[in-house]
Amino acid sequence: MQPFTTLTSALIPVPYNDIDTDQIIPARYLKVTDKNGLAEGLFARWRYQADGTPKPDFPLNQPRYQGRQILLAGDNFGCGSSREHAPWALMASNIRAVISTSFADIFRNNALKNGLLPVQVDKQTHSRLMALAEEEAGSSPWSDSANSEKWLVTIDLATQTLTLPDSTKAFFPIESFHKTCLLKGIDSLGYIFEFSDQIETYERSDRAYPFGVKKV
Amino acid sequence: MAEPKTLFEKIWERHVVAQEPDSPAILYIDLHLVHEVTSPQAFEGLRQRGLKVRRPDRSIATMDHSTPTRTLSMEGLDEMGAKQLQKMRQNCQEFGIKLYDLDDPQRGIVHVIGPEMGYTQPGMTIVCGDSHTATHGAFGALAFGVGTSEVELVLASQCLIQYKPKTCQVVFEGKLPQGVTAKDMILALIAQIGVGGGTGYVFEYCGEAVRGLNMEERMTLCNMSIEAGARAGMVAPDDITYEYLAGRPFAPQGAEWESMLQYWRSLPSDEGAKYDKQIIVDVSKLEPMVTYGTNPGMGIAITQPVPDPASESDPDRRAALEKALHYMGFKPNRPLLGQPVDVVFIGSCTNSRMTDLRQAASLLKGRKVADGVRLIVVPGSESIRHQAEAEGLDKVFKEAGGEWRFAGCSMCIAMNGDQLKPGQVAVSTSNRNFEGRQGDGGKTILASPLTAAASAIAGCVADPRSI
Repeated sequence: MQPFTTLTSALIPVPYNDIDTDQIIPARYLKVTDKNGLAEGLFARWRYQADGTPKPDFPLNQPRYQGRQILLAGDNFGCGSSREHAPWALMASNIRAVISTSFADIFRNNALKNGLLPVQVDKQTHSRLMALAEEEAGSSPWSDSANSEKWLVTIDLATQTLTLPDSTKAFFPIESFHKTCLLKGIDSLGYIFEFSDQIETYERSDRAYPFGVKKV
Repeated sequence: MAEPKTLFEKIWERHVVAQEPDSPAILYIDLHLVHEVTSPQAFEGLRQRGLKVRRPDRSIATMDHSTPTRTLSMEGLDEMGAKQLQKMRQNCQEFGIKLYDLDDPQRGIVHVIGPEMGYTQPGMTIVCGDSHTATHGAFGALAFGVGTSEVELVLASQCLIQYKPKTCQVVFEGKLPQGVTAKDMILALIAQIGVGGGTGYVFEYCGEAVRGLNMEERMTLCNMSIEAGARAGMVAPDDITYEYLAGRPFAPQGAEWESMLQYWRSLPSDEGAKYDKQIIVDVSKLEPMVTYGTNPGMGIAITQPVPDPASESDPDRRAALEKALHYMGFKPNRPLLGQPVDVVFIGSCTNSRMTDLRQAASLLKGRKVADGVRLIVVPGSESIRHQAEAEGLDKVFKEAGGEWRFAGCSMCIAMNGDQLKPGQVAVSTSNRNFEGRQGDGGKTILASPLTAAASAIAGCVADPRSI
């Protein structure tokens, strides 16, 4: 897994609540047996017209948002299907963090296993970030401020802080286990194999299925 | 005296293999269900690391998402769909996993065949790379959906790394009125608490209305737990559970059955057991439910008007409602009753079992699908297809003007070519009304099989109680 330590980037706003994984990556992209071609499918329904041409008003199609690594979404990001293709598509598009007020359980689990950081902020911080994104969207992309530091936010996983352009900081929660894994790029499989002996003992014990009932 | 425990806690504690301080538990998984869409990258991961499947006897595989429903062959599949099925065969063969292949008489939707064959049992931990795995919770199992990385973890170690979720008791009080079903109960719950209302929790469904449901109805109820964001949904096992299980091919038999039964009877939550949260839903005045928007939380009783964004005070919620109604093309302040529909889909892991098909057929028998409406009925498994045909239900659907298909996920996820055309409105017994879920530009109204059948006959959203 790709480690995550710190990240500084301006925001890509997709400011809707309850963005489901069907929107993040529609089912027709799930026919892959590998992880190829998923970047192209990211937000496909919102990003392309019916004839396949890009919709000019969708952020991912606008020059100013290219190369950015932090997605700003509304509440309850990633609800719906368990498809890990959702974090894969985000990662394949070089997005390393998503900011929301809450995340759906399975999406969050999947993201953490792929080095994609779910940054859960309080409502107030979220409103300030939305205002920041709106302010930027209202500014001319050709002005000097377009690529200035004025729009940059920094995520520091070690201290669990998000720093806004005006230097105010917001704390975000993450379980210590996931934090360690992300910081060091530790893979779950490696961790679980440390328990191989306990797994074997468990399988032989009465606690294991069929729960102490003897097979006849 | 020992502290009273919930059903969830009893199963959880029994399956914790190890837990380091300040770390998640290593949780043992008894049954792993595999399908073609979320597993190929997991098998590839094993191959790259030179690993085996730890317990091939604890995994079963099926093909359901990408499969055709017009034939039992690969005919008509596009190149990628065909490759996905071939990959599934190859992976199961290489890693020694039992596969219910396309032409197997017991193949079907993963959450239909597990219970049907008796693989799903009370007290088990069950996972699948599919969010609707909560379906199996109907048996008093802890069952939840996982992503592909976790599919790989389970294949390699038969375990997962899990933080303990919180518990929520959902009490359905009262007696369910005529024409109102388990699907309406779960849609009402999600409408009440929202699509994120259950995040972080495992639901235990209790109450008189739940006890009165048969196993298939309990599966419908648990199936959509994820649509409220819940990790899992469960129903404590009782005599209805044991009666359903007895004699199924992979259920315990004879003396083993008797011993297991004793254990299963110890599973229901103890008197006085504490939940982190409680939600009460009164079903005595419940009506058939329909959704008007683009997530399963946007639901109303069929006689109620579509909400008006103008009366929503929270700006985010107002924006979400406006966006949804714009997509659906529905007007606020009036009911959906009479809204013309193009397609009616009866199927999916939510509502494709015998109870569902019998209910739909009870309304369609001797009646015709309205002109211009396409009715598609897709049984959840090949066993169900055979059973329905033995009861003559296929004839009822076909004589009404509907299409009768082979088993699969079909138009619920629209990966196999069964899909809506842009702009079409469907009443669907499936579980998700997300934008484009049933085909790009398609508009989905979620409802029960009864409401779906009534709407097929009327040609518009119709109240099954009026037929």
